[in-house]
Amino acid sequence: MSIAPPKSPPPPTRPKPARTEGPKRRPEGQQSKTFWIVLAIPGILWLILLFIVPFYAVLGIAEGQLNRLTESPIAQYNPLHWSSSNVINVYHDLIGATAFAAPIAVRTIVYVVIASLLSLVLGYPAAYFVARFAGRRKGLFLVLLIAPFWISYMMRMLAWIDLLQVNGYINKTLSTLGITSASSPIDWLGGKPLTVILGLVYGYIPYLILVLYAGLDRIDPSLIEAGRDLGLSRTRTFLRVTLPLSRQPILTGMLITVLPMLGDYYTNQLLSGAPNTSMIGNLIEGQLGTPGLQGQGAVLSLLLLLVLIIPMIYYVIATNRSSREAT
Amino acid sequence: MTAAGTTTEASARAGASSQNGATRLRPWRNPWRKPWLLESFTWLYLIWSLVPIALAVLFSFNNGKSQAVWQGFSWRWYFTDPVNSVWHNPALHAAVFQTLRLSVYTTIIAVPLGVAFALGINRWRSYTSSTFNFVMILSFVVPELIFGVAMFFVFTVLFSFVHLGTLAETLGLVSWNISWPAIIVQARLVTIGKHYEEAAADLGATQWQAIRRVLLPLLTPAIFASAVLVFSSVIDDFVIVDLLSSSAGNTPMSVYIYAQQHGGNGGPALNALGTIMLVMSFVIVIIGFIGYRIVTRGERGDRKSALTTIAGADYG
Repeated sequence: MSIAPPKSPPPPTRPKPARTEGPKRRPEGQQSKTFWIVLAIPGILWLILLFIVPFYAVLGIAEGQLNRLTESPIAQYNPLHWSSSNVINVYHDLIGATAFAAPIAVRTIVYVVIASLLSLVLGYPAAYFVARFAGRRKGLFLVLLIAPFWISYMMRMLAWIDLLQVNGYINKTLSTLGITSASSPIDWLGGKPLTVILGLVYGYIPYLILVLYAGLDRIDPSLIEAGRDLGLSRTRTFLRVTLPLSRQPILTGMLITVLPMLGDYYTNQLLSGAPNTSMIGNLIEGQLGTPGLQGQGAVLSLLLLLVLIIPMIYYVIATNRSSREAT
Repeated sequence: MTAAGTTTEASARAGASSQNGATRLRPWRNPWRKPWLLESFTWLYLIWSLVPIALAVLFSFNNGKSQAVWQGFSWRWYFTDPVNSVWHNPALHAAVFQTLRLSVYTTIIAVPLGVAFALGINRWRSYTSSTFNFVMILSFVVPELIFGVAMFFVFTVLFSFVHLGTLAETLGLVSWNISWPAIIVQARLVTIGKHYEEAAADLGATQWQAIRRVLLPLLTPAIFASAVLVFSSVIDDFVIVDLLSSSAGNTPMSVYIYAQQHGGNGGPALNALGTIMLVMSFVIVIIGFIGYRIVTRGERGDRKSALTTIAGADYG
């Protein structure tokens, strides 16, 4: 498509050297299209076989039955033979008198909302400062700001496990300051919601900061200066100019932290391990490892996907739009 | 009327300037003062975000079994301990090599696949291509647990000839990471435009020559950045490898740390493993940063943009 073929073929009688390319080029348009399709095919096949088919397999297991002998799920890929036993089980887990999963779902939402808002409150000022005021030290600040992004999640959790142990530095500091007594240290890792929420914040804030920084750095400083020149105070410039311009990065940044937080099970396991803080991710992961419950795990993960598909699609559209605007 | 107008204007201006004079006396009214509060907050944030990690690295050198009480410096958890050091414990160094193996395999498969996909999709404009592009970006945002569950089921129930282990882990990681090269290369293709290729074609290059001699050199920075991103995100990956690993022989570092710490077998050896992961990632990032600067020399852009590009910030 890139090469526009000449509209009229050159006269066949006396082809000039430059023009001989004319008739050659015409089929090249066709040839190039096939060429691009051939290039895309391996990736497309991969996506079909190892992204779309797996989700259909989950659906098949969710709608399938249980082999009572081996306790293993039997997938049912034909929609006409779908069984609803797993779905009914999950329904009773979520709604009704024996709904043990309902408080877990509510807890997940509460934790994720608090953790993501806290991440924004902590992350925005830091990203804003580095993007706008860091001046000549911007490189240094940027390296420090992004560094946790490159450090493994497990290592970062390990860091807090070390600090929060009963004889760890947090308790030592608290007792030195006289806030707690040395004889009754706080068991931070023994099922404290606060620990889990702060763990989620600590774990996912680098991704938010990265998106916020990239977005805030793109804001044209002359717009902010214009606001100041026209007499707005610092606060009002921020509220009327900077904040509206950073709405998009805030939204995508929040999404990029909220989506994985909702599927998190490891933060909770490492920093609490107690059932009173378990989240929906723990439930799914637990069912996956329990013979007989795998079908319900499949239903739950599909349910989670169903809830998240709209924000996911919004994210895809929003990033597409912003990348089109950027060019 | 005009005279009256100018005098009031002048007096207004005089008033404004006297006000300016007043603000100069009060530094907190200076609109261009340094934002000390914001800067202190940023420093506090950085301390909170980095000091715990520094302490965790420090504890990997602890001369004792505690992860909380400092008992002196030693290399025992790396080399000297004959049983539990990373060097001597087969499970620990198997984890190191498994992580490296998965990173190499995934990068080798995912990057060419993603680059070819990006090129093909970007130039073959049709309903099919945009549908699959959408699917690919969806794979970028789907929560990792949901994706991991799908991978777990497909390898245990449908494609059960692929047993859980290194092969399943690699296939899962490729699917999860293919979006990096695909997204980054497409973004770069949009900024390059078609002029260079058209010029090459006008000068008589065939399609293949135009790609090999013109387009690929222009895409090198994007390909390089995505390789760095894929490699380092495989080092740090946890959920997919946790769900798809089957035995001690194919457990990478992140899963090993999680399983041991969660199972109550924590100790400085895990910190040593975490530190090795950290060093690996930083080596890759530094190689990536220097390499990216080399392949983009002569282009507009500074060190900071190189840094955010290899962190994937431009595409988040």
